[in-house]
Amino acid sequence: MTEPAASERLEVCIRTRALSLWYGDFQALRRVTLDVKQGLITGLIGPSGCGKTTLLRCFNRINERYGNVTTEGDITILGKNVYDSNVSLSELRKTVGMVFQRPNPLPISIYRNVLFGLRIHTRRSDLPRAQRDELVESSLREVDLWDDVKDKLRMKATRLTLEQQQKLCIARLLPLKPRVILMDEPCSALDAEGTEKIESLLETLREKYTVVIVTHNMAQARRASDECIFMLLGEVVEHGPTSEIFFNPRHEKTEMYIQGRYG
Amino acid sequence: MSSADIDSVQAPPRSRSPLRVFHMLVDLCEPLVEWIIRICGWSAILFVFAIFFFVIREGSEMLFGGIDFKEFLTSPNWRPDSVVRPQYGILALLTGTVAVTGLAMLIAVPLGLGAAVYVSEFAGPKTKETLKVIIELLAAIPSVVWGFIGYIVLGPIIIWLTGAPVGINVLNGGIILALMSVPIIVSVAEDALRAVPDSYREAALALGASRWEIVLRVLFPAAKNGLLAAVLLGVGRAIGETMAVLMATGHAVQIPKSLVDPVRTMTATIAAELGETVSGEEHYGVLFVIGIVLFVIAFAINLTADLVVKGIRGGQHD
Repeated sequence: MTEPAASERLEVCIRTRALSLWYGDFQALRRVTLDVKQGLITGLIGPSGCGKTTLLRCFNRINERYGNVTTEGDITILGKNVYDSNVSLSELRKTVGMVFQRPNPLPISIYRNVLFGLRIHTRRSDLPRAQRDELVESSLREVDLWDDVKDKLRMKATRLTLEQQQKLCIARLLPLKPRVILMDEPCSALDAEGTEKIESLLETLREKYTVVIVTHNMAQARRASDECIFMLLGEVVEHGPTSEIFFNPRHEKTEMYIQGRYG
Repeated sequence: MSSADIDSVQAPPRSRSPLRVFHMLVDLCEPLVEWIIRICGWSAILFVFAIFFFVIREGSEMLFGGIDFKEFLTSPNWRPDSVVRPQYGILALLTGTVAVTGLAMLIAVPLGLGAAVYVSEFAGPKTKETLKVIIELLAAIPSVVWGFIGYIVLGPIIIWLTGAPVGINVLNGGIILALMSVPIIVSVAEDALRAVPDSYREAALALGASRWEIVLRVLFPAAKNGLLAAVLLGVGRAIGETMAVLMATGHAVQIPKSLVDPVRTMTATIAAELGETVSGEEHYGVLFVIGIVLFVIAFAINLTADLVVKGIRGGQHD
Protein backbone atom coordinates (compact mmCIF):
# COMPACT_ATOMS: atom_id res chain seq x y z
CA MET A 1 0.00 0.00 0.00
CA THR A 2 1.21 3.45 -0.89
CA GLU A 3 1.98 6.01 1.74
CA PRO A 4 -0.36 9.02 1.65
CA ALA A 5 2.58 11.32 1.15
CA ALA A 6 3.67 9.38 -1.91
CA SER A 7 0.22 9.21 -3.46
CA GLU A 8 -0.27 12.94 -3.18
CA ARG A 9 2.61 13.51 -5.51
CA LEU A 10 1.02 11.37 -8.18
CA GLU A 11 -0.73 13.05 -11.05
CA VAL A 12 -4.49 12.99 -11.33
CA CYS A 13 -5.79 10.72 -14.07
CA ILE A 14 -9.57 10.95 -13.79
CA ARG A 15 -11.07 14.13 -12.40
CA THR A 16 -14.79 14.62 -11.95
CA ARG A 17 -16.40 17.89 -10.92
CA ALA A 18 -19.97 18.06 -9.62
CA LEU A 19 -20.95 15.06 -11.73
CA SER A 20 -24.67 14.31 -11.52
CA LEU A 21 -26.50 11.67 -13.52
CA TRP A 22 -30.15 10.79 -13.96
CA TYR A 23 -31.78 7.68 -15.40
CA GLY A 24 -35.05 9.27 -16.43
CA ASP A 25 -36.24 10.89 -13.18
CA PHE A 26 -34.05 8.84 -10.92
CA GLN A 27 -30.88 10.58 -9.80
CA ALA A 28 -28.10 7.99 -9.59
CA LEU A 29 -25.12 10.30 -9.01
CA ARG A 30 -25.18 13.46 -6.86
CA ARG A 31 -22.48 16.04 -7.51
CA VAL A 32 -19.61 13.57 -7.47
CA THR A 33 -16.27 15.31 -7.23
CA LEU A 34 -13.13 13.24 -7.04
CA ASP A 35 -9.59 12.80 -8.33
CA VAL A 36 -8.41 9.33 -9.25
CA LYS A 37 -4.64 9.19 -9.24
CA GLN A 38 -2.59 7.86 -12.08
CA GLY A 39 -0.92 4.47 -11.77
CA LEU A 40 -2.91 3.39 -8.72
CA ILE A 41 -5.58 0.79 -8.23
CA THR A 42 -8.63 2.60 -6.91
CA GLY A 43 -11.45 0.57 -5.40
CA LEU A 44 -15.04 1.77 -5.61
CA ILE A 45 -17.02 0.37 -2.69
CA GLY A 46 -20.46 0.85 -1.27
CA PRO A 47 -23.77 -0.96 -0.90
CA SER A 48 -25.82 -2.09 -3.92
CA GLY A 49 -27.46 0.75 -5.80
CA CYS A 50 -25.08 3.39 -4.47
CA GLY A 51 -24.00 4.38 -7.97
CA LYS A 52 -20.53 2.87 -8.16
CA THR A 53 -21.14 0.98 -11.38
CA THR A 54 -22.90 4.02 -12.82
CA LEU A 55 -19.90 6.17 -11.99
CA LEU A 56 -17.55 3.63 -13.56
CA ARG A 57 -19.66 3.49 -16.70
CA CYS A 58 -19.46 7.28 -16.99
CA PHE A 59 -15.71 7.15 -17.44
CA ASN A 60 -15.96 5.53 -20.88
CA ARG A 61 -19.43 6.99 -21.50
CA ILE A 62 -20.85 3.55 -22.11
CA ASN A 63 -23.93 4.19 -19.98
CA GLU A 64 -25.12 6.55 -22.69
CA ARG A 65 -26.27 3.59 -24.76
CA TYR A 66 -29.49 3.59 -22.77
CA GLY A 67 -31.30 6.56 -24.21
CA ASN A 68 -32.75 8.10 -21.05
CA VAL A 69 -29.51 9.20 -19.38
CA THR A 70 -28.84 12.84 -18.53
CA THR A 71 -25.53 14.01 -17.11
CA GLU A 72 -24.34 17.26 -15.64
CA GLY A 73 -20.86 18.31 -14.56
CA ASP A 74 -17.44 17.43 -15.93
CA ILE A 75 -15.21 14.42 -16.29
CA THR A 76 -11.63 15.03 -17.30
CA ILE A 77 -9.48 12.03 -18.19
CA LEU A 78 -5.78 12.65 -18.75
CA GLY A 79 -6.49 16.35 -19.08
CA LYS A 80 -9.23 16.00 -21.66
CA ASN A 81 -12.88 16.69 -20.99
CA VAL A 82 -14.69 13.56 -22.16
CA TYR A 83 -17.92 15.45 -22.79
CA ASP A 84 -16.25 17.83 -25.25
CA SER A 85 -18.05 17.79 -28.56
CA ASN A 86 -14.83 16.94 -30.42
CA VAL A 87 -14.14 13.84 -28.34
CA SER A 88 -14.41 10.65 -30.38
CA LEU A 89 -16.13 7.94 -28.38
CA SER A 90 -14.12 5.35 -30.21
CA GLU A 91 -10.83 7.01 -29.19
CA LEU A 92 -12.03 7.51 -25.62
CA ARG A 93 -12.88 3.83 -25.31
CA LYS A 94 -9.53 2.90 -26.80
CA THR A 95 -7.81 4.82 -24.01
CA VAL A 96 -10.23 3.75 -21.31
CA GLY A 97 -10.77 -0.01 -21.45
CA MET A 98 -13.45 -1.88 -19.55
CA VAL A 99 -13.79 -5.33 -18.00
CA PHE A 100 -17.31 -6.48 -17.18
CA GLN A 101 -18.95 -8.36 -14.36
CA ARG A 102 -19.67 -11.44 -16.48
CA PRO A 103 -16.78 -12.36 -18.73
CA ASN A 104 -17.97 -11.45 -22.22
CA PRO A 105 -15.54 -12.69 -24.84
CA LEU A 106 -17.02 -12.54 -28.33
CA PRO A 107 -18.13 -15.81 -29.96
CA ILE A 108 -15.09 -15.86 -32.24
CA SER A 109 -11.65 -17.44 -31.86
CA ILE A 110 -9.32 -16.56 -29.00
CA TYR A 111 -6.90 -15.09 -31.51
CA ARG A 112 -9.50 -12.82 -33.06
CA ASN A 113 -10.83 -11.80 -29.66
CA VAL A 114 -7.42 -10.44 -28.67
CA LEU A 115 -7.17 -8.47 -31.89
CA PHE A 116 -10.82 -7.39 -32.09
CA GLY A 117 -10.28 -3.95 -30.60
CA LEU A 118 -7.20 -3.30 -32.67
CA ARG A 119 -8.95 -4.33 -35.88
CA ILE A 120 -11.52 -1.63 -35.25
CA HIS A 121 -8.88 1.04 -34.93
CA THR A 122 -6.40 -0.10 -37.60
CA ARG A 123 -6.66 -1.14 -41.20
CA ARG A 124 -5.87 -4.76 -41.93
CA SER A 125 -3.00 -3.86 -44.23
CA ASP A 126 -1.30 -1.88 -41.45
CA LEU A 127 -1.04 -5.01 -39.35
CA PRO A 128 1.24 -7.59 -40.91
CA ARG A 129 0.76 -11.18 -39.87
CA ALA A 130 3.96 -11.37 -37.84
CA GLN A 131 3.06 -8.28 -35.86
CA ARG A 132 -0.40 -9.65 -35.16
CA ASP A 133 0.96 -12.96 -33.90
CA GLU A 134 3.42 -11.13 -31.71
CA LEU A 135 0.73 -8.87 -30.23
CA VAL A 136 -1.52 -11.83 -29.46
CA GLU A 137 1.31 -13.65 -27.73
CA SER A 138 2.50 -10.67 -25.68
CA SER A 139 -1.05 -9.74 -24.64
CA LEU A 140 -1.86 -13.28 -23.57
CA ARG A 141 1.45 -13.56 -21.75
CA GLU A 142 0.78 -10.36 -19.86
CA VAL A 143 -2.42 -11.85 -18.42
CA ASP A 144 -0.76 -15.23 -17.82
CA LEU A 145 -2.99 -17.04 -20.30
CA TRP A 146 -0.52 -17.84 -23.07
CA ASP A 147 0.63 -21.21 -21.75
CA ASP A 148 -2.97 -22.41 -21.38
CA VAL A 149 -4.17 -21.47 -24.84
CA LYS A 150 -1.15 -21.27 -27.14
CA ASP A 151 -2.11 -24.54 -28.86
CA LYS A 152 -5.76 -23.64 -29.35
CA LEU A 153 -5.77 -20.03 -30.47
CA ARG A 154 -8.36 -20.90 -33.14
CA MET A 155 -10.79 -22.27 -30.57
CA LYS A 156 -13.96 -20.35 -29.85
CA ALA A 157 -13.29 -18.12 -26.86
CA THR A 158 -16.66 -18.86 -25.28
CA ARG A 159 -15.47 -22.41 -24.59
CA LEU A 160 -12.77 -21.34 -22.14
CA THR A 161 -13.35 -21.52 -18.39
CA LEU A 162 -14.81 -18.38 -16.81
CA GLU A 163 -11.48 -17.44 -15.27
CA GLN A 164 -9.71 -17.83 -18.61
CA GLN A 165 -12.48 -15.85 -20.30
CA GLN A 166 -12.04 -13.00 -17.86
CA LYS A 167 -8.28 -13.01 -18.41
CA LEU A 168 -8.94 -12.92 -22.14
CA CYS A 169 -11.25 -9.94 -21.62
CA ILE A 170 -8.36 -8.12 -19.97
CA ALA A 171 -5.89 -9.32 -22.63
CA ARG A 172 -7.98 -7.94 -25.48
CA LEU A 173 -7.67 -4.42 -24.04
CA LEU A 174 -3.88 -4.49 -24.05
CA PRO A 175 -3.16 -4.24 -27.81
CA LEU A 176 -5.01 -0.91 -27.73
CA LYS A 177 -2.48 0.41 -25.23
CA PRO A 178 -5.10 1.80 -22.84
CA ARG A 179 -4.14 4.22 -20.07
CA VAL A 180 -7.08 3.42 -17.84
CA ILE A 181 -8.74 0.06 -17.16
CA LEU A 182 -12.21 0.06 -15.60
CA MET A 183 -13.30 -3.12 -13.90
CA ASP A 184 -16.88 -3.77 -12.86
CA GLU A 185 -16.77 -6.50 -10.22
CA PRO A 186 -14.48 -8.58 -12.43
CA CYS A 187 -14.38 -11.52 -10.01
CA SER A 188 -18.03 -11.85 -9.08
CA ALA A 189 -18.57 -14.73 -11.53
CA LEU A 190 -15.37 -16.54 -10.48
CA ASP A 191 -14.51 -18.96 -7.69
CA ALA A 192 -11.95 -18.21 -4.99
CA GLU A 193 -9.06 -19.56 -7.03
CA GLY A 194 -10.03 -17.59 -10.12
CA THR A 195 -10.43 -14.48 -7.98
CA GLU A 196 -6.95 -14.93 -6.59
CA LYS A 197 -5.49 -15.28 -10.08
CA ILE A 198 -7.23 -12.13 -11.30
CA GLU A 199 -6.10 -10.22 -8.21
CA SER A 200 -2.50 -11.20 -8.72
CA LEU A 201 -2.92 -10.14 -12.32
CA LEU A 202 -4.16 -6.76 -11.07
CA GLU A 203 -0.93 -6.47 -9.13
CA THR A 204 1.09 -6.74 -12.35
CA LEU A 205 -1.09 -4.16 -14.11
CA ARG A 206 -0.43 -1.56 -11.45
CA GLU A 207 1.64 1.45 -12.50
CA LYS A 208 1.41 0.61 -16.19
CA TYR A 209 -2.29 1.38 -16.11
CA THR A 210 -4.62 3.33 -13.90
CA VAL A 211 -7.16 0.81 -12.65
CA VAL A 212 -10.57 1.61 -11.21
CA ILE A 213 -12.30 -1.44 -9.78
CA VAL A 214 -15.85 -1.73 -8.49
CA THR A 215 -16.19 -4.44 -5.89
CA HIS A 216 -18.67 -5.80 -3.41
CA ASN A 217 -16.00 -7.86 -1.78
CA MET A 218 -14.53 -5.88 1.13
CA ALA A 219 -11.62 -8.25 1.52
CA GLN A 220 -10.79 -7.82 -2.14
CA ALA A 221 -10.88 -4.05 -1.88
CA ARG A 222 -8.52 -4.21 1.08
CA ARG A 223 -6.14 -6.68 -0.57
CA ALA A 224 -6.04 -5.29 -4.06
CA SER A 225 -6.52 -1.52 -3.98
CA ASP A 226 -4.26 1.41 -3.15
CA GLU A 227 -7.04 3.89 -2.62
CA CYS A 228 -10.72 3.44 -1.95
CA ILE A 229 -13.78 5.51 -2.65
CA PHE A 230 -16.82 4.81 -0.47
CA MET A 231 -20.12 5.77 -2.04
CA LEU A 232 -23.60 5.94 -0.62
CA LEU A 233 -26.84 6.91 -2.39
CA GLY A 234 -25.03 8.41 -5.33
CA GLU A 235 -22.63 10.51 -3.30
CA VAL A 236 -18.96 10.08 -2.50
CA VAL A 237 -18.72 9.78 1.28
CA GLU A 238 -15.05 9.22 1.65
CA HIS A 239 -12.01 8.89 -0.59
CA GLY A 240 -8.59 8.02 0.76
CA PRO A 241 -5.79 5.49 0.94
CA THR A 242 -7.17 2.01 1.49
CA SER A 243 -5.47 1.69 4.89
CA GLU A 244 -7.10 4.90 6.08
CA ILE A 245 -10.55 3.84 4.86
CA PHE A 246 -10.31 0.44 6.46
CA PHE A 247 -8.50 1.17 9.70
CA ASN A 248 -9.20 4.80 10.37
CA PRO A 249 -12.32 5.92 8.53
CA ARG A 250 -13.32 9.53 9.05
CA HIS A 251 -17.04 9.07 8.54
CA GLU A 252 -19.34 7.10 10.72
CA LYS A 253 -21.15 5.66 7.68
CA THR A 254 -17.89 4.38 6.20
CA GLU A 255 -16.98 2.75 9.47
CA MET A 256 -20.36 1.09 9.75
CA TYR A 257 -20.15 -0.23 6.20
CA ILE A 258 -16.58 -1.47 6.57
CA GLN A 259 -17.48 -3.28 9.76
CA GLY A 260 -20.44 -4.90 8.08
CA ARG A 261 -23.04 -3.16 10.19
CA TYR A 262 -24.62 -1.55 7.15
CA GLY A 263 -25.37 -2.33 3.49
CA MET B 1 -66.66 -12.14 11.83
CA SER B 2 -68.24 -14.36 14.46
CA SER B 3 -67.62 -18.09 14.70
CA ALA B 4 -71.15 -18.82 13.42
CA ASP B 5 -70.35 -16.96 10.20
CA ILE B 6 -67.27 -19.02 9.59
CA ASP B 7 -69.21 -22.26 10.02
CA SER B 8 -71.82 -21.21 7.52
CA VAL B 9 -69.17 -20.35 4.99
CA GLN B 10 -67.35 -23.65 5.35
CA ALA B 11 -70.27 -26.02 5.62
CA PRO B 12 -71.93 -26.20 2.16
CA PRO B 13 -69.10 -27.50 -0.10
CA ARG B 14 -68.64 -30.53 2.11
CA SER B 15 -72.05 -32.14 1.54
CA ARG B 16 -74.49 -31.30 -1.22
CA SER B 17 -72.53 -28.72 -3.22
CA PRO B 18 -72.85 -28.68 -7.02
CA LEU B 19 -69.13 -27.84 -6.94
CA ARG B 20 -68.38 -31.40 -5.93
CA VAL B 21 -70.30 -32.79 -8.85
CA PHE B 22 -68.50 -30.38 -11.09
CA HIS B 23 -65.14 -31.61 -9.86
CA MET B 24 -66.15 -35.19 -10.50
CA LEU B 25 -67.17 -34.28 -14.01
CA VAL B 26 -63.85 -32.53 -14.59
CA ASP B 27 -62.03 -35.64 -13.41
CA LEU B 28 -64.02 -37.73 -15.88
CA CYS B 29 -63.54 -35.32 -18.76
CA GLU B 30 -59.86 -34.82 -18.34
CA PRO B 31 -58.71 -37.93 -20.25
CA LEU B 32 -61.19 -37.13 -22.97
CA VAL B 33 -59.92 -33.57 -23.37
CA GLU B 34 -56.39 -34.86 -23.36
CA TRP B 35 -57.24 -37.19 -26.23
CA ILE B 36 -58.93 -34.47 -28.23
CA ILE B 37 -55.86 -32.27 -27.86
CA ARG B 38 -53.62 -35.18 -28.76
CA ILE B 39 -55.59 -35.79 -31.95
CA CYS B 40 -55.29 -32.10 -32.85
CA GLY B 41 -51.55 -32.36 -32.52
CA TRP B 42 -51.19 -35.54 -34.52
CA SER B 43 -53.55 -34.37 -37.23
CA ALA B 44 -50.84 -32.08 -38.62
CA ILE B 45 -48.67 -35.10 -39.32
CA LEU B 46 -51.65 -36.94 -40.73
CA PHE B 47 -52.44 -34.11 -43.13
CA VAL B 48 -48.89 -33.82 -44.40
CA PHE B 49 -48.74 -37.53 -45.10
CA ALA B 50 -52.19 -37.55 -46.62
CA ILE B 51 -51.27 -34.74 -49.00
CA PHE B 52 -47.99 -36.38 -49.87
CA PHE B 53 -49.75 -39.68 -50.49
CA PHE B 54 -52.43 -38.08 -52.62
CA VAL B 55 -50.02 -36.11 -54.79
CA ILE B 56 -47.84 -39.19 -55.31
CA ARG B 57 -50.86 -41.35 -56.13
CA GLU B 58 -52.21 -38.95 -58.72
CA GLY B 59 -48.80 -38.53 -60.28
CA SER B 60 -47.58 -42.09 -59.91
CA GLU B 61 -48.82 -43.36 -63.25
CA MET B 62 -46.80 -40.72 -65.08
CA LEU B 63 -43.94 -40.75 -62.57
CA PHE B 64 -43.30 -44.49 -62.90
CA GLY B 65 -43.28 -45.27 -66.58
CA GLY B 66 -45.53 -42.86 -68.43
CA ILE B 67 -42.99 -40.07 -68.54
CA ASP B 68 -39.78 -39.57 -70.43
CA PHE B 69 -37.62 -38.08 -67.66
CA LYS B 70 -34.98 -36.79 -70.00
CA GLU B 71 -37.55 -34.83 -71.94
CA PHE B 72 -39.41 -33.82 -68.79
CA LEU B 73 -36.38 -32.20 -67.18
CA THR B 74 -34.41 -30.94 -70.18
CA SER B 75 -36.92 -29.88 -72.81
CA PRO B 76 -38.23 -26.33 -72.81
CA ASN B 77 -41.27 -27.45 -74.81
CA TRP B 78 -44.43 -27.50 -72.75
CA ARG B 79 -47.16 -28.49 -75.22
CA PRO B 80 -49.67 -30.52 -73.31
CA ASP B 81 -52.54 -29.68 -75.67
CA SER B 82 -50.82 -30.67 -78.91
CA VAL B 83 -53.00 -33.03 -80.88
CA VAL B 84 -50.12 -34.39 -82.93
CA ARG B 85 -47.65 -35.06 -80.15
CA PRO B 86 -48.06 -33.57 -76.66
CA GLN B 87 -44.74 -32.58 -75.08
CA TYR B 88 -44.13 -32.25 -71.37
CA GLY B 89 -40.81 -30.46 -70.88
CA ILE B 90 -40.67 -28.40 -67.72
CA LEU B 91 -37.28 -26.76 -68.29
CA ALA B 92 -38.89 -23.44 -69.21
CA LEU B 93 -41.23 -23.61 -66.21
CA LEU B 94 -38.34 -24.56 -63.93
CA THR B 95 -36.26 -21.68 -65.30
CA GLY B 96 -39.25 -19.39 -64.81
CA THR B 97 -39.57 -20.42 -61.17
CA VAL B 98 -35.81 -20.12 -60.60
CA ALA B 99 -35.61 -16.73 -62.35
CA VAL B 100 -38.51 -15.17 -60.49
CA THR B 101 -37.49 -16.67 -57.11
CA GLY B 102 -33.85 -15.76 -57.65
CA LEU B 103 -34.66 -12.16 -58.51
CA ALA B 104 -37.07 -11.99 -55.57
CA MET B 105 -34.32 -13.15 -53.22
CA LEU B 106 -31.81 -10.69 -54.68
CA ILE B 107 -34.22 -7.95 -53.65
CA ALA B 108 -35.74 -9.44 -50.51
CA VAL B 109 -32.60 -10.64 -48.73
CA PRO B 110 -30.80 -7.29 -48.50
CA LEU B 111 -34.09 -5.48 -47.89
CA GLY B 112 -35.23 -7.96 -45.24
CA LEU B 113 -31.92 -8.24 -43.42
CA GLY B 114 -31.47 -4.48 -43.56
CA ALA B 115 -34.93 -3.95 -42.11
CA ALA B 116 -34.24 -6.55 -39.40
CA VAL B 117 -30.99 -4.81 -38.44
CA TYR B 118 -32.76 -1.46 -38.33
CA VAL B 119 -35.67 -2.75 -36.26
CA SER B 120 -33.51 -4.67 -33.83
CA GLU B 121 -30.50 -2.35 -33.44
CA PHE B 122 -31.22 1.18 -34.55
CA ALA B 123 -34.91 1.99 -34.17
CA GLY B 124 -36.21 3.56 -30.97
CA PRO B 125 -38.75 1.59 -28.94
CA LYS B 126 -41.76 3.35 -30.49
CA THR B 127 -40.58 3.08 -34.09
CA LYS B 128 -39.70 -0.53 -33.43
CA GLU B 129 -43.19 -1.46 -32.26
CA THR B 130 -44.85 0.43 -35.11
CA LEU B 131 -42.59 -1.15 -37.71
CA LYS B 132 -43.13 -4.65 -36.38
CA VAL B 133 -46.89 -4.25 -36.53
CA ILE B 134 -46.76 -2.89 -40.07
CA ILE B 135 -44.42 -5.65 -41.24
CA GLU B 136 -46.79 -8.22 -39.81
CA LEU B 137 -49.60 -6.46 -41.64
CA LEU B 138 -47.61 -6.83 -44.85
CA ALA B 139 -47.54 -10.57 -44.26
CA ALA B 140 -51.30 -10.62 -43.92
CA ILE B 141 -52.06 -9.20 -47.39
CA PRO B 142 -53.66 -11.98 -49.49
CA SER B 143 -51.56 -13.13 -52.42
CA VAL B 144 -54.28 -12.34 -54.92
CA VAL B 145 -54.07 -8.71 -53.83
CA TRP B 146 -50.34 -8.78 -54.44
CA GLY B 147 -50.99 -10.24 -57.89
CA PHE B 148 -53.51 -7.50 -58.54
CA ILE B 149 -50.99 -4.83 -57.54
CA GLY B 150 -48.41 -6.41 -59.84
CA TYR B 151 -50.88 -6.46 -62.72
CA ILE B 152 -52.46 -3.05 -62.31
CA VAL B 153 -49.84 -0.88 -60.62
CA LEU B 154 -46.37 -2.34 -61.16
CA GLY B 155 -46.94 -3.46 -64.75
CA PRO B 156 -47.55 0.02 -66.23
CA ILE B 157 -44.66 1.41 -64.16
CA ILE B 158 -42.32 -1.20 -65.61
CA ILE B 159 -43.49 -0.46 -69.15
CA TRP B 160 -43.01 3.24 -68.56
CA LEU B 161 -39.52 2.81 -67.07
CA THR B 162 -38.07 0.13 -69.32
CA GLY B 163 -40.07 0.46 -72.49
CA ALA B 164 -40.84 -3.26 -72.41
CA PRO B 165 -43.81 -4.41 -74.52
CA VAL B 166 -45.51 -6.07 -71.54
CA GLY B 167 -45.39 -5.07 -67.90
CA ILE B 168 -46.03 -8.49 -66.44
CA ASN B 169 -42.74 -10.37 -66.55
CA VAL B 170 -39.80 -11.67 -64.48
CA LEU B 171 -39.10 -8.24 -63.03
CA ASN B 172 -42.71 -7.69 -61.98
CA GLY B 173 -43.06 -11.15 -60.45
CA GLY B 174 -39.69 -10.85 -58.74
CA ILE B 175 -40.55 -7.54 -57.10
CA ILE B 176 -43.97 -8.76 -55.96
CA LEU B 177 -42.53 -12.00 -54.59
CA ALA B 178 -39.76 -10.06 -52.87
CA LEU B 179 -42.30 -7.87 -51.08
CA MET B 180 -44.19 -10.98 -50.06
CA SER B 181 -41.10 -12.71 -48.65
CA VAL B 182 -39.73 -9.68 -46.81
CA PRO B 183 -42.02 -9.99 -43.75
CA ILE B 184 -40.97 -13.54 -42.94
CA ILE B 185 -37.30 -12.71 -43.48
CA VAL B 186 -37.57 -9.66 -41.23
CA SER B 187 -39.35 -11.42 -38.41
CA VAL B 188 -37.08 -14.47 -38.31
CA ALA B 189 -33.91 -12.40 -38.76
CA GLU B 190 -35.00 -9.95 -36.10
CA ASP B 191 -35.54 -12.83 -33.67
CA ALA B 192 -32.06 -14.09 -34.47
CA LEU B 193 -30.46 -10.70 -33.88
CA ARG B 194 -32.39 -10.16 -30.68
CA ALA B 195 -31.19 -13.54 -29.42
CA VAL B 196 -27.56 -12.33 -29.51
CA PRO B 197 -26.63 -11.62 -25.89
CA ASP B 198 -26.39 -7.94 -25.07
CA SER B 199 -23.04 -8.55 -23.41
CA TYR B 200 -21.52 -9.03 -26.88
CA ARG B 201 -22.72 -5.62 -27.99
CA GLU B 202 -21.43 -4.05 -24.79
CA ALA B 203 -18.06 -5.77 -25.13
CA ALA B 204 -17.59 -4.50 -28.66
CA LEU B 205 -18.87 -1.03 -27.76
CA ALA B 206 -16.41 -0.79 -24.87
CA LEU B 207 -13.58 -1.62 -27.28
CA GLY B 208 -14.53 1.38 -29.38
CA ALA B 209 -16.70 -0.25 -32.05
CA SER B 210 -19.36 1.88 -33.71
CA ARG B 211 -22.88 0.57 -34.11
CA TRP B 212 -22.18 -0.48 -37.69
CA GLU B 213 -19.02 -2.29 -36.72
CA ILE B 214 -21.01 -4.12 -34.06
CA VAL B 215 -23.57 -5.20 -36.64
CA LEU B 216 -20.99 -6.39 -39.16
CA ARG B 217 -18.33 -7.84 -36.91
CA VAL B 218 -20.31 -9.13 -33.95
CA LEU B 219 -24.01 -9.59 -34.68
CA PHE B 220 -23.78 -11.10 -38.17
CA PRO B 221 -21.22 -13.74 -37.17
CA ALA B 222 -23.05 -14.47 -33.91
CA ALA B 223 -26.49 -14.73 -35.53
CA LYS B 224 -25.44 -16.29 -38.84
CA ASN B 225 -27.49 -19.48 -38.39
CA GLY B 226 -30.67 -17.58 -37.64
CA LEU B 227 -30.09 -15.22 -40.54
CA LEU B 228 -29.53 -18.13 -42.91
CA ALA B 229 -32.75 -19.73 -41.67
CA ALA B 230 -34.55 -16.45 -42.34
CA VAL B 231 -33.28 -16.39 -45.91
CA LEU B 232 -34.21 -20.03 -46.52
CA LEU B 233 -37.72 -19.52 -45.18
CA GLY B 234 -38.02 -16.54 -47.52
CA VAL B 235 -36.95 -18.72 -50.45
CA GLY B 236 -39.49 -21.35 -49.42
CA ARG B 237 -42.20 -18.72 -49.33
CA ALA B 238 -41.28 -17.42 -52.76
CA ILE B 239 -40.96 -20.77 -54.52
CA GLY B 240 -44.36 -21.99 -53.39
CA GLU B 241 -46.25 -18.80 -54.16
CA THR B 242 -48.84 -19.26 -56.91
CA MET B 243 -51.56 -16.69 -57.30
CA ALA B 244 -49.37 -13.59 -57.28
CA VAL B 245 -46.90 -15.01 -59.80
CA LEU B 246 -49.72 -16.32 -61.96
CA MET B 247 -50.99 -12.76 -62.27
CA ALA B 248 -47.70 -10.89 -62.36
CA THR B 249 -45.34 -12.91 -64.55
CA GLY B 250 -47.12 -12.91 -67.90
CA HIS B 251 -47.76 -16.63 -68.21
CA ALA B 252 -45.63 -17.23 -71.31
CA VAL B 253 -43.78 -20.54 -71.52
CA GLN B 254 -40.23 -19.56 -72.44
CA ILE B 255 -36.75 -19.46 -71.04
CA PRO B 256 -36.33 -15.77 -70.14
CA LYS B 257 -33.46 -13.94 -71.80
CA SER B 258 -33.93 -10.64 -70.01
CA LEU B 259 -35.59 -9.26 -66.92
CA VAL B 260 -38.55 -7.98 -68.87
CA ASP B 261 -39.40 -11.29 -70.58
CA PRO B 262 -42.70 -12.80 -69.50
CA VAL B 263 -42.34 -16.28 -68.00
CA ARG B 264 -44.41 -18.94 -66.40
CA THR B 265 -43.65 -20.76 -63.16
CA MET B 266 -44.38 -24.34 -62.16
CA THR B 267 -46.95 -23.33 -59.56
CA ALA B 268 -48.79 -21.06 -61.96
CA THR B 269 -48.92 -23.84 -64.54
CA ILE B 270 -50.57 -26.23 -62.14
CA ALA B 271 -53.06 -23.64 -61.00
CA ALA B 272 -53.97 -22.55 -64.50
CA GLU B 273 -54.17 -25.91 -66.22
CA LEU B 274 -55.46 -28.39 -63.69
CA GLY B 275 -59.03 -27.26 -64.19
CA GLU B 276 -58.87 -28.01 -67.93
CA THR B 277 -57.66 -31.56 -67.59
CA VAL B 278 -59.55 -34.77 -67.07
CA SER B 279 -58.66 -36.89 -64.09
CA GLY B 280 -56.46 -39.79 -65.11
CA GLU B 281 -55.25 -38.50 -68.45
CA GLU B 282 -51.59 -37.81 -69.23
CA HIS B 283 -51.68 -34.03 -68.81
CA TYR B 284 -53.35 -34.38 -65.41
CA GLY B 285 -50.70 -36.81 -64.23
CA VAL B 286 -47.83 -34.63 -65.42
CA LEU B 287 -49.20 -31.66 -63.49
CA PHE B 288 -49.05 -33.81 -60.39
CA VAL B 289 -45.47 -34.78 -61.17
CA ILE B 290 -44.69 -31.05 -61.27
CA GLY B 291 -46.39 -30.89 -57.88
CA ILE B 292 -44.05 -33.60 -56.64
CA VAL B 293 -41.03 -31.66 -57.92
CA LEU B 294 -42.24 -28.57 -56.04
CA PHE B 295 -42.94 -30.64 -52.97
CA VAL B 296 -39.41 -32.02 -53.02
CA ILE B 297 -37.84 -28.57 -53.49
CA ALA B 298 -39.95 -27.00 -50.72
CA PHE B 299 -39.29 -29.93 -48.43
CA ALA B 300 -35.53 -29.75 -49.00
CA ILE B 301 -35.50 -26.01 -48.26
CA ASN B 302 -37.61 -26.30 -45.13
CA LEU B 303 -35.55 -29.22 -43.88
CA THR B 304 -32.34 -27.26 -44.41
CA ALA B 305 -33.82 -24.25 -42.62
CA ASP B 306 -34.94 -26.49 -39.76
CA LEU B 307 -31.55 -28.12 -39.38
CA VAL B 308 -29.88 -24.73 -39.49
CA VAL B 309 -32.22 -23.36 -36.82
CA LYS B 310 -31.56 -26.44 -34.69
CA GLY B 311 -27.89 -25.61 -35.10
CA ILE B 312 -28.49 -22.33 -33.25
CA ARG B 313 -30.20 -23.97 -30.33
CA GLY B 314 -27.77 -26.88 -30.21
CA GLY B 315 -25.03 -24.50 -29.17
CA GLN B 316 -21.65 -23.99 -30.74
CA HIS B 317 -20.18 -26.61 -32.98
CA ASP B 318 -16.62 -25.68 -33.61
